[in-house]
Amino acid sequence: MASRITDETIEYVGILAKLKLSGEEKEQAREDMQKMLNYIDKLEELDTTGVEPMSHVFPIHNVFREDVVTNGDDRENLLSNAPEQRDGQYQVPKTVE
Amino acid sequence: MAREYETVIGLEVHVELATKTKIFCGCSTEFGGEPNTHTCPVCTGMPGSLPVLNKQVVEYAMAVGLAANCQINQYCKFDRKNYFYPDNPQNYQISQLYLPICHDGWLEIETGDGKKKVRIHEIHMEEDAGKLIHDEWEDCSLVDYNRSGVPLIEIVSEPDMRSAEEVIAYLEQLRMIAQYVGASDCKLQEGSMRADVNLSVREKGSDTFGTRTEMKNLNSFKAIARAIEGEQARQIDLLEEGKAVMQETRRWDDARGESYPMRSKEDAQDYRYFPDPDLPPVVISDEWMEQIRESLPELQPEKQARYEKEFSLPAYDASILTGTKKLADLFEATVALGSKPKKVSNWLMVETLRLLKEHGQEPEQIRFSPEHLAGLIAMTEDGSINSTVAKEVFEKVFEEDIDPEAYVTEHGLKTVNDAGALEEVVKKVLESNPKVVEEYRGGKEKVLGFLVGQVMKEMKGKANPAMAGELLKKLILE
Repeated sequence: MASRITDETIEYVGILAKLKLSGEEKEQAREDMQKMLNYIDKLEELDTTGVEPMSHVFPIHNVFREDVVTNGDDRENLLSNAPEQRDGQYQVPKTVE
Repeated sequence: MAREYETVIGLEVHVELATKTKIFCGCSTEFGGEPNTHTCPVCTGMPGSLPVLNKQVVEYAMAVGLAANCQINQYCKFDRKNYFYPDNPQNYQISQLYLPICHDGWLEIETGDGKKKVRIHEIHMEEDAGKLIHDEWEDCSLVDYNRSGVPLIEIVSEPDMRSAEEVIAYLEQLRMIAQYVGASDCKLQEGSMRADVNLSVREKGSDTFGTRTEMKNLNSFKAIARAIEGEQARQIDLLEEGKAVMQETRRWDDARGESYPMRSKEDAQDYRYFPDPDLPPVVISDEWMEQIRESLPELQPEKQARYEKEFSLPAYDASILTGTKKLADLFEATVALGSKPKKVSNWLMVETLRLLKEHGQEPEQIRFSPEHLAGLIAMTEDGSINSTVAKEVFEKVFEEDIDPEAYVTEHGLKTVNDAGALEEVVKKVLESNPKVVEEYRGGKEKVLGFLVGQVMKEMKGKANPAMAGELLKKLILE
């Protein structure tokens, strides 16, 4: 069995994900994450000797674009997704003190 | 007895690649566009958009790696580096952690004690972030994603440097390579080359490393040198007081000449890298790698050797001229137009470098064309302008890239080679300076210089001073 997900782990992952969780949500997240770890433990039972680590699910490689400009100015359209905008820019809460 | 310290420095250098388009989408990388006019769903992180790798990015990264004596990972892939910050709309940066494209290279630098190798740990490809503008008055920041997705390579050195001088020498080598292979223009002032400095100090002779700090926000060689001096002094002071150096990221404030911690401790640095499932791996065949290796241009050491041999230039001059691609290109183009190599070298080495220094500019910022330099040299060679006028005209060429021939004609600066006109002025000068003429006759030959000066002044600098001197002598002794 993998080590139990502690309250500290939930707290830490919450900070990294910029999430504020209620007590109930924390408990739910803790249970979900524990299930995931248990599943990983299950996978660990497999003998993977001689199996190359997989970095991509499809057997393809070298999907490239040529270095040619294909996109024009689509600012208005893209900015219409922004909750707030100003002077053609995305407006966000201040990021420095 | 006071303890002696040694500074240990490693660098992470970001170089913006000179591609026309971004690393994962067909948006332009042009610098200075109106905010957010070079963006699309990919580089603004819209859900459902898919990145597709720009092949040129792989080729530039490989070219720099090969030129820097690196091994190429012929199977490489991209990973996601997760962090939340508005400059990064996907909430992760696509980078390479596990299998970077290049590894285990080295560059050779000149130091006070001779040549030294600085090892390169790895070079990886990644995307740049957007730009944040912080509003001074209102409680908000504005984001421009034009730079988001611009291709970068990050060159990570081993902690092999021991002083600011070594760091600058390494950066100059790196910049030269990136410029020579055409991978980047490496303009520090526009941010297309940026360095983060990892620095620690330890007692001399120790073979373990001290605690290091990382300094960001360094955008000129001078700022880098000052930041290194400042940070090593700060760390030594801490150790001398018996305190510990904290491992942290610090921002160098060049105006104030001091650094301060950048991120608060609560801000966890845990990037939880994992392979990017949107991007299939890159497989580099032997043929592809050889093709890039063969297409590498003549690099600086070969170029310098060739300049010494082909143009009979002193080693020092050849090293300066080949030290930046801009100077080397300008030199070669001007020589190709028929100017004597030695003359071209002199104009670049003396006047051009002097003016660059005066203007606080780098060679990359030179604006004048080889045609105009060649034109100026031709006029000095055939005697149509004298050296004083030539220097004056060159300043105009340097500043505004004017056509020197048109300028000289327009301002009437041509040397007067007309013997009749010159003789008239010489006679006039002799008549109005009888005392000086007597002194000269009395054996005080130095005063000739004064008389030549009077003639030049009278002719508004357009006389040929050698001719004027000869004529003065002749008429005085007649």
